[in-house]
Amino acid sequence: MKMLTEEENREIDRERAHYEQPRAATIEALKIVQKHRGWVSDDAVAGIAARLGSSPAAVDAVATFYNLIYRRPVGRHVVHVCDSVSCWVMGQTKLSDLLKARLGIDYGQTTPDGRFTLLPICCLGTCDRAPAMLIGEDTHRDLETLDAAALDALLERYP
Amino acid sequence: MSDALNQRPLTARLLATDGVVTLDRYREAGGYEGLRAALAMSPEAIIASVREAGLRGRGGGGFPTAVKWSLVPDTPVQKYVIANGDEMEPGTFKDRLLLERDPHQLIEGMAIAARAIGASVGYVFLRAEYFEAARQVSAAIADAQAAGWLGDDLQGSGFSFHLHLHTSAGRYICGEETALISSLEGGRAIPRAKPPFPAVAGLFGKPTVVNNIETLCNVPHILRLGADWYRGLSRTDEGGTKLYGVSGKVRRPGCWELPMGTTAREIIETHAGGMRDGLKLRGFLPGGASTDFLTDAQLDLPMDYTHIAKSGSRLGTGTMILLDDRTSLLGMLRNLETFFARESCGWCTPCRDGLPWTAKLLGELEAGRGRPEDLELLARQTRLLAPGRTFCAHAPGAMEPLQSALKHFREDFERALAPAAIGEAA
Repeated sequence: MKMLTEEENREIDRERAHYEQPRAATIEALKIVQKHRGWVSDDAVAGIAARLGSSPAAVDAVATFYNLIYRRPVGRHVVHVCDSVSCWVMGQTKLSDLLKARLGIDYGQTTPDGRFTLLPICCLGTCDRAPAMLIGEDTHRDLETLDAAALDALLERYP
Repeated sequence: MSDALNQRPLTARLLATDGVVTLDRYREAGGYEGLRAALAMSPEAIIASVREAGLRGRGGGGFPTAVKWSLVPDTPVQKYVIANGDEMEPGTFKDRLLLERDPHQLIEGMAIAARAIGASVGYVFLRAEYFEAARQVSAAIADAQAAGWLGDDLQGSGFSFHLHLHTSAGRYICGEETALISSLEGGRAIPRAKPPFPAVAGLFGKPTVVNNIETLCNVPHILRLGADWYRGLSRTDEGGTKLYGVSGKVRRPGCWELPMGTTAREIIETHAGGMRDGLKLRGFLPGGASTDFLTDAQLDLPMDYTHIAKSGSRLGTGTMILLDDRTSLLGMLRNLETFFARESCGWCTPCRDGLPWTAKLLGELEAGRGRPEDLELLARQTRLLAPGRTFCAHAPGAMEPLQSALKHFREDFERALAPAAIGEAA
């Protein structure tokens, strides 16, 4: 069974060359695999361990520690709502309630069509333009007065 | 431009352009001249210059940068310089500006730090969510390399410095320097016991210096314009400028480079435009989530390390979070402690168990189900999670807003007790 693709292995090897120990590239390897597949399966964990001379248990310990490594399938677009203090002061609860209502899901869930997964996230470092959220790699700011119609229009950009 | 650059060295360049400061623009405004000077100096002379400037760590600790550098042993082994760009302290959004808009300034600062300690390899450790910063830093590294400001034999000096970008996968504790090293080695971001300090045994067991992004961005200017000029930028004894920020219900939230020691009042009222109509300021966390509340009676304090420490808080990252009179203090604290509970690495018991307990007690109070003994329990948490009781500074940091809220805003806690509980107590 081939656990990682040639392309994944090539990208991992490129990162590995930046460190004096191969295992240091574990987080990069997890991110590379996730970029290609959307999430990190048990097979992928084993494949990374083999490539970096580590053990599946050690790689899984790392994978489960970091907020942005997904060990379960997620939707095509992950919506991360900042729920830290500045966003909370500026009305994050209203924003996350609106998202939950429009998407029909709670934190940690994926819409039935596999389009969106909703998760909370730590401070996004854009507190002067709170509340904020991340959809994929895009940071959306100044959402204090976002209503259902504006949210729907925003989500339309993520088919 | 040169006047502005003399007064606001870190941001004048980026404020003069819409997008990123390119290598050409950076060079036009004196960029890499600090490194050129450093390449002709001895490591000791570079460190002496940074010491005279009085530069202190801008990530929250305030540790003197030159002291950190001078702790690196003078031995011929592999050494490392790491830029801590894991900006995840809630309420903090200053390093993002420097990373996205002027990445060469950081690269130059890192190369000078590398020269000062004899490091040949460096890493920019960047939080996962800063995608734009990752693109800009990565492009700037390639440009600097092509122009001979990174790589082998910088500008014919014989000194080599190779720089790599590492993007993280999201965990607040990575900002703690020993946890950052654990993470960069490809493990869970668990803090390490000190000593040995990273300066002696850091990344892969080798001497390592970890500095905050803003700290490193100060370095080129000190080398280029000198320690006297740098000290003169400040309104107090502590050198330089500071990137201050304000978030919360003010008219113009934002981030500004101002003289070190600018008062909280000036930052909030002049730069942030004061509170929104109809709102009053009750208190503020001066430098991120893990700093003690100050109140409206402390607005005239100069925002520097010494003055804020004397007043019972910490300058932290210098980015303030404001509490107004219509925002629930208990809700804000519950939010803060929930964050710290979620981001505990789980290594030591007081932090792993104490923080969720704290968040739960605050949640009960916020919901009107508090019992009179909960106030004493919360006060006890602040003692059980005090410095020295836990493995790292995460939980003690989490206690700072709570202990100061219990001191300054006691009435909010008492008012939140369940009516039945108050009846019983009476």
